[in-house]
Amino acid sequence: MTKQQANWSPYDNNGGSCVAIAGADYCVIAADTRMSTGYNILTREYSKICKLADKCVMASSGFQADVKALQKQLAARHLIYQHQHNKQMSCPAMAQLLSNTLYYKRFFPYYSFNVLGGLDNEGKGCVFTYDAVGSYEKVGYSSQGSGSTLITPFLDNQLKSPSPLLLSVQDAVTPLVEAEAIDLVKTVFASASERDIYTGDKIEIVVVNATGIRREYMELRKD
Amino acid sequence: MLANKGVNPPSFRKTGTTIVGLIFQDGVILGADTRATEGPIVCDKNCEKIHYMAPNIYCCGAGTAADTEAVTDMVSSQLQLHRYHTGRESRVVTALTLLKRHLFNYQGYVSAALVLGGVDVTGPHLHTIYPHGSTDTLPFATMGSGSLAAMAVFESKYKEGLTRNEGIELVTEAICSGIFNDLGSGSNVDVCVITKGGKEYLRNHLQPNPRTYTSSKGYSFPKKTEVLLTKIIPLKEKVEIIEGGDAMEE
Repeated sequence: MTKQQANWSPYDNNGGSCVAIAGADYCVIAADTRMSTGYNILTREYSKICKLADKCVMASSGFQADVKALQKQLAARHLIYQHQHNKQMSCPAMAQLLSNTLYYKRFFPYYSFNVLGGLDNEGKGCVFTYDAVGSYEKVGYSSQGSGSTLITPFLDNQLKSPSPLLLSVQDAVTPLVEAEAIDLVKTVFASASERDIYTGDKIEIVVVNATGIRREYMELRKD
Repeated sequence: MLANKGVNPPSFRKTGTTIVGLIFQDGVILGADTRATEGPIVCDKNCEKIHYMAPNIYCCGAGTAADTEAVTDMVSSQLQLHRYHTGRESRVVTALTLLKRHLFNYQGYVSAALVLGGVDVTGPHLHTIYPHGSTDTLPFATMGSGSLAAMAVFESKYKEGLTRNEGIELVTEAICSGIFNDLGSGSNVDVCVITKGGKEYLRNHLQPNPRTYTSSKGYSFPKKTEVLLTKIIPLKEKVEIIEGGDAMEE
């Protein structure tokens, strides 16, 4: 008698892609706005980007119900931090908090693939990339979600040095200017939406720099 | 069985798809989208899903691309031989029977869902054929993952005695509904109009999905792999040279 498999899953995948690129004095975080399930579109205008602190923004793809719950958790913990320390959490501190929050649910994970972007204490751009259970790393750029397999190789080609022997991944803050980084993000999403069925509709681009946080949008393929 | 051991069969190229057909005043109009997918990835942005069967018969195919190609090519050849044998124009019901017999024979393992349409001496005909071999004869039909989106349009707007332009517009609208609301369908709209007088294959009749952004500055790619280190080790030094022949003999 073979073991009966569960035919109900607590998880669903709402698709979508996220990208973050760190620069010398800015950070660009972008995600598409399509939310889907199976072969259907639930909405064309869903924001996957959440501002966690003054200079810290998170984009998440995966199961949006878990993403929503995770964002609420982090917002609550940030509020407590502000009460206790009388200041905003820095991006590296938020990065550690996110990792701990994810690992806390190691045996019933948040189905959430995150990229955290912002400015560190010195005002330099930083990007942290995560898996579903909290393993994280500071990087110069990252991509998560359904389109990540299409986006990451192109970013590697354009941003990474020829060999990790020459430049460690840690220091890979891109030499690009803010405008160039935004141009790269738009190109990368336009290309991803050509070949990934779950990516499309619109991109939401958030730029964090010394002056504050700025948001812009771009139309993508709707098919 | 293999799935239990963690071995997944390779995902084959399916044509997600929205395909439609309708009967209008003077004949039949077929429509299809042009996206082919391999799981969540688009493998062909502009493939052809309206297949030639006979000069007066065309067939749209949804399901596994290899299956729809193979089965329509095979029956198309059979119809040609039949035309030589009988000296007459092919009939839609002939194509229908050949297709359904083949599909039933393979008990649904040939995953081809077809919309067959054409005009012959008996008049205009439109049929749907399912992978297991069942068929329906209908005034308007849709198949594929986008069939519900397309059928919603047909059920709202179809009426008998449509003119050619009304028919093309309705077919285009139904395919567009599939293209935009179904993730398995996308890119362009192909249309094929078949009448007693002849046929008109309108490839890429509508292209509502151009690329959204092209960088003005363009991108450059290094022409070859970067050379990190060059080291030459002469091998001759390691070889002992024995003077005076017969080195090979005992």
